[in-house]
Amino acid sequence: MLGNALRPRLLAAAAVLFSASAFGAAEAQTVKIGIINSYSGFVAQAADEMQKGIDLYAKLHEKDLPPGVKVELIKRDDTSNPETGKRLAQELITRDQVQLLAGVVLSPVAAAVAPLTAEAKVPLVLTNAAGVQLTRLSPYVVRTSFTLWQQCDPIGKWAAEQGWKTGFTEVTDFIAGHDSENAFVKGFTDGGGKILDSVRYPMQNPDFVPFVQRVKDAHPDVAFLWVPAQTQATAMMNAIRDLGLREAGIHIVSAQDLLPDEELPKMGDTPLGLITAGNYSTAADRPANKAFLAAWSKEYGDQSIPDFFSVGGWDGMTAIFDLIKQTKGKFTGDEAIAFLSHWKNPDSPRGPIEIDPNTRDIVQNIYIREVKKIDGRLANVEIATIPMVKDPWKELNPPK
Amino acid sequence: MTGALSAAVSIGFHGLAFAMVLYLISVGLSVTMGLMGFVNLAHGVFAMLGGYVMTSLMNGWGVPFALALAAAALAGAAASIPLERLLYRRFYGGEELDQVLLTMGLIFMSVAGATHLWGPLTQHMQPPGWLSGHFDLGGRSFPAYRSFLIVCGAVLVTALWLGLERTRFGAQVRAAVDNLRMAQSVGINTSRLFMLTFALGSGLAGLGGGLGADLLAISPSYALQYLVYFIIVVAVGGLGSIRGPFVAALLIGVADTAFKYLLPELGAFFIYALTMALLLWRPQGLFGRA
Repeated sequence: MLGNALRPRLLAAAAVLFSASAFGAAEAQTVKIGIINSYSGFVAQAADEMQKGIDLYAKLHEKDLPPGVKVELIKRDDTSNPETGKRLAQELITRDQVQLLAGVVLSPVAAAVAPLTAEAKVPLVLTNAAGVQLTRLSPYVVRTSFTLWQQCDPIGKWAAEQGWKTGFTEVTDFIAGHDSENAFVKGFTDGGGKILDSVRYPMQNPDFVPFVQRVKDAHPDVAFLWVPAQTQATAMMNAIRDLGLREAGIHIVSAQDLLPDEELPKMGDTPLGLITAGNYSTAADRPANKAFLAAWSKEYGDQSIPDFFSVGGWDGMTAIFDLIKQTKGKFTGDEAIAFLSHWKNPDSPRGPIEIDPNTRDIVQNIYIREVKKIDGRLANVEIATIPMVKDPWKELNPPK
Repeated sequence: MTGALSAAVSIGFHGLAFAMVLYLISVGLSVTMGLMGFVNLAHGVFAMLGGYVMTSLMNGWGVPFALALAAAALAGAAASIPLERLLYRRFYGGEELDQVLLTMGLIFMSVAGATHLWGPLTQHMQPPGWLSGHFDLGGRSFPAYRSFLIVCGAVLVTALWLGLERTRFGAQVRAAVDNLRMAQSVGINTSRLFMLTFALGSGLAGLGGGLGADLLAISPSYALQYLVYFIIVVAVGGLGSIRGPFVAALLIGVADTAFKYLLPELGAFFIYALTMALLLWRPQGLFGRA
């Protein structure tokens, strides 16, 4: 079950340890980082995208580390299961004595791991898990990805601004789906829209036809359809195509998870013109994004397409490397979280990003994107920018 | 009223297409379990293989749809023969727990193997031009590919039924399912029969995996992800028959779709309740022998 990507890493890790002890290099400093990721299970595809972003940054920037400082990534597979994730975090902290934890695709896994970070004072850098409350669960959790409130509240407002009066939401029944639904409903009703009905489908679902049929029957002005990216995005698009939802005159909006960049080529022409809100698109023409894409193709080939998972991982590693450079690899958990909470990067592939020191959550541009055809391929083209969005949920729900 | 009718037609239609894919994949499992008494949980691996062969041929080499589909079925059958000869036959008549452990192990190996060969991303199957889009019938529009699935399923179930009822090979299979020792006594080469039946079942699974790639997405965890559906179809239908899994697949496919539509929050659990109720009523399955 362990990903085959793991084995060479283990060998490499062993080699690093051996060489360190053999030469007794006293000044050699190895920063151990525990990566908790879902290499197997139902979000393995997202995990792969995120891991590639993490690995690519580490590989390209190893040379920028202070002399004598090395980074060792200890990768563990949570199998998409919160209990496993918690056990692995425990092992990484107590046995491997990692200085930082990073990664985590699934919010339920992050929620299981978060309390341990407070006990052990080992910071956790979330490079994906988007559950809105996660950074509240421990003062040692910081996030470099996004929250779904950041995307779904704006797209709700945007939908209301189009003059669409009635809405229908359908989301996956877990933390991230609930966030998406709540945020869209808030944004849309604040803008004067009315929600006809809200449906939640199970986490692993092969065929979305029965659910999409309900949308078709209700015939709202706009349907907000959210799935946890990957395969399910294309499965949802197939159902939309087969039932002729768009031909029926129903507008569809979502967060970027409905149209992951790497799934777009599999969707035919169904998504043309669809509007989503997101923090990253490969189609963005920022120089930092061009450079990121070039590095990605060089490492993983032209066929491989990064997405927002990859950029979450890439930016998380940027923050971690900045921390290591600043401290020469010697830091306590408290020093690390203090640094990470004030971290900024004006030039991420997704534009300027910074961590809000009060919430330890990310502040970033949210882009309204439209699916267009560029050079014969579908792309999420950014058509409007909402600058530096803080997580709206935390603004609405101040800590008690 | 017309709205409700239109929704019912749509649900019935899509449920039927789903049922056909379930049937094609599961029928082989039912026959091999009934015939050899072997609990082959790894049956879905052959469907996954079919899916991968089909998508790789179509996307990588531009092989036409029909040819790729045939290759998918052949790949399922071909891969099953060495497995049957080398591994499975040692466990015929053995402990069920051993069989379950062996085949679960094979599933995990298939997950790792598929990740290694094809990566963790889902494989995409783009139906050919003549099967994309919709066609109109009686003022309604139906997606062409799902209609094609239903037709394929209907043709194959008829062919299978005729094959089992009317051919010598079918008679041998029926004899062996009914009474294995008697079949051996009258000179049927059951070892060869087992291998052929196994290959046929796996070939059908490969075909189902390839045909259904649009519905049951091809990814490394395929054999694990959809295992429950295949097992339910076999358990409800009863072992060792062609008709049992067909009725079960129809029931499960249409009922699953309908209940997800009617009660979205609870609908996904309904097939489990239905399965339990059916098995309490008929523990040997709808068409299984007591």
